[in-house]
Amino acid sequence: MKINRKEVEHVAHLARLTLGEEELEKLTGQLDTILRYVDKLDALDTAGIEPTTHAFSIRNAFREDSIHASLPQEDSLRNCAKSDGETFVVPRII
Amino acid sequence: MDYNTYTVSESLEKLASGEICCKDLVTSCLRQIEKSEDRLHSFITVFSEEALARADEEDEKRGKKESGPLSGIPLSVKDLLCTKDRQTTCGSKMLQNFVPPYDATVIEKLEKDGAIIIGKTTMDEFAMGSTSETCYYGVPQNPWQDGYVAGGSSGGSATSVASGQCLASLGSDTGGSIRQPASLCGVVGMKPTYGRVSRYGLVAFASSLDQIGPLTRSVEDCALLMNTIAGYDKRDSTSVRCDRVDYRTSIAEGLKGLKIGVPQEYFGEGLDEEVEKVVRENIAMAKDCGAQIVEVSLPHTDYCVAAYYLIAPAEASSNLARYDGVVYGYREMEAETLVDMYKRTRSEGFGAEVKRRILIGTYALSSGYYDAYYKKASQVRTVILQDFKNAFQQCDALISAVTPTPAWKVGEKADDPLAMYLSDIFSLSANLAGIPGMSVPGGFSTKGLPIGIQLQGPHFKEDTLLTIAYNIEKANGLANRLAPV
Repeated sequence: MKINRKEVEHVAHLARLTLGEEELEKLTGQLDTILRYVDKLDALDTAGIEPTTHAFSIRNAFREDSIHASLPQEDSLRNCAKSDGETFVVPRII
Repeated sequence: MDYNTYTVSESLEKLASGEICCKDLVTSCLRQIEKSEDRLHSFITVFSEEALARADEEDEKRGKKESGPLSGIPLSVKDLLCTKDRQTTCGSKMLQNFVPPYDATVIEKLEKDGAIIIGKTTMDEFAMGSTSETCYYGVPQNPWQDGYVAGGSSGGSATSVASGQCLASLGSDTGGSIRQPASLCGVVGMKPTYGRVSRYGLVAFASSLDQIGPLTRSVEDCALLMNTIAGYDKRDSTSVRCDRVDYRTSIAEGLKGLKIGVPQEYFGEGLDEEVEKVVRENIAMAKDCGAQIVEVSLPHTDYCVAAYYLIAPAEASSNLARYDGVVYGYREMEAETLVDMYKRTRSEGFGAEVKRRILIGTYALSSGYYDAYYKKASQVRTVILQDFKNAFQQCDALISAVTPTPAWKVGEKADDPLAMYLSDIFSLSANLAGIPGMSVPGGFSTKGLPIGIQLQGPHFKEDTLLTIAYNIEKANGLANRLAPV
């Protein structure tokens, strides 16, 4: 096995997901199959090769430092599930 | 009259001559939607009233000679492009009630040029999938054959264009999501060079791979839409400053002097016989149009799927971290602590495929595995990019199949993620390399399912691809072939 249930549970926690028993079982099998498949990359020697993160690199995408209108507060709050009219409201943290 | 069966360029001519008005076009598209939508499921939202009102506006502008280059043309757009004050779901329960406070740059550009957005199309949830079956709001069906997939993730865009529910559409392509459904539904689709079209207002899946592009019923229409959407945008820091091209002017040039490469690795095991036959016939047509055909090699093709299915999920896991129930999107309201709220929101808001990719990506980026997975895949990406650079030393463009097979049955691969991923083998590498790719109809299988031809070119050579596609389209006579619905 490339990955077991316990590891999937840990990764799910890192990704802030909760998985049900059945979901966990199924996903562990599927992730294992996928990770086994991607292991084929090991056959390729990539020592010394620079990684590519953007196929077309642009350097220094600067823009003018000018003042422009930003989204009004009302519009920013329009899509949230809970607000007090001025801020986003979340469950108590402390 | 079925005005909805005209191409964009035909409609523009008839609008200019006064033979038809914008309202005729919108009305006949809405009629076709009403007639066929129960079967096709192309749309998540249809803007019937707004589209009719917009048609009146455009007719008035035409009367005053103030019309833009796409004035009155009814288009659909994939439901991951933000439309101001109009719901944008991304095919997910997570964004069921999301009403963007701004327009994506491409939406602004289309509407400024006079286009009328008639609706938002069905798609795989967060664009993750190859059949649109992961859509939370219903699955689009192949318009050519009952029970077959439309492809994905821009499935609804492809079915809406192929069936005449609209004249053209915009989709997005992260690993083939424009080209593959275009191929399976028999329409033209283009993924432009990374950076050619602004991604501002596109709901992000994998930011280094995502690109917006058109789906149309003719190559000329594809060029027309590219003219509107391409260009630098200061709101997308990865968009590239380059000279404006009129894609329409060069399409009718012949192919004399052009070298088209046939990548040997795309013709091996797994390629369906009928697909190969159609591709070879179209290569012969390109040759008859004056192109020189040369054999080339992309030796690392076999590593594309593995590299892609680490890089794309890694970027997705990071991009989708924003869906936490706080600022927008779904929130589970019962949770009492913040972490519990995040977890319950995300577990209820995301579907299975999205969770699967978030988990793969999180794993590939996690401490102890980063070098073995994400870094390794990014190095392989360099090797794949180099393959293309080498190939383009020998030819101006590449020709191949878009997918190894025609459309398959709904449900056939829905529970086998790896089999689904492997079906993307020919389309993923263009995204990894950032090069332009397109799909143009090439023929049909014996079952009557469309087969597309893929063209790939060097960075910013969309014009070369359009010229080749236009010549092929003229030779095989498959422009504006509507599905029988």
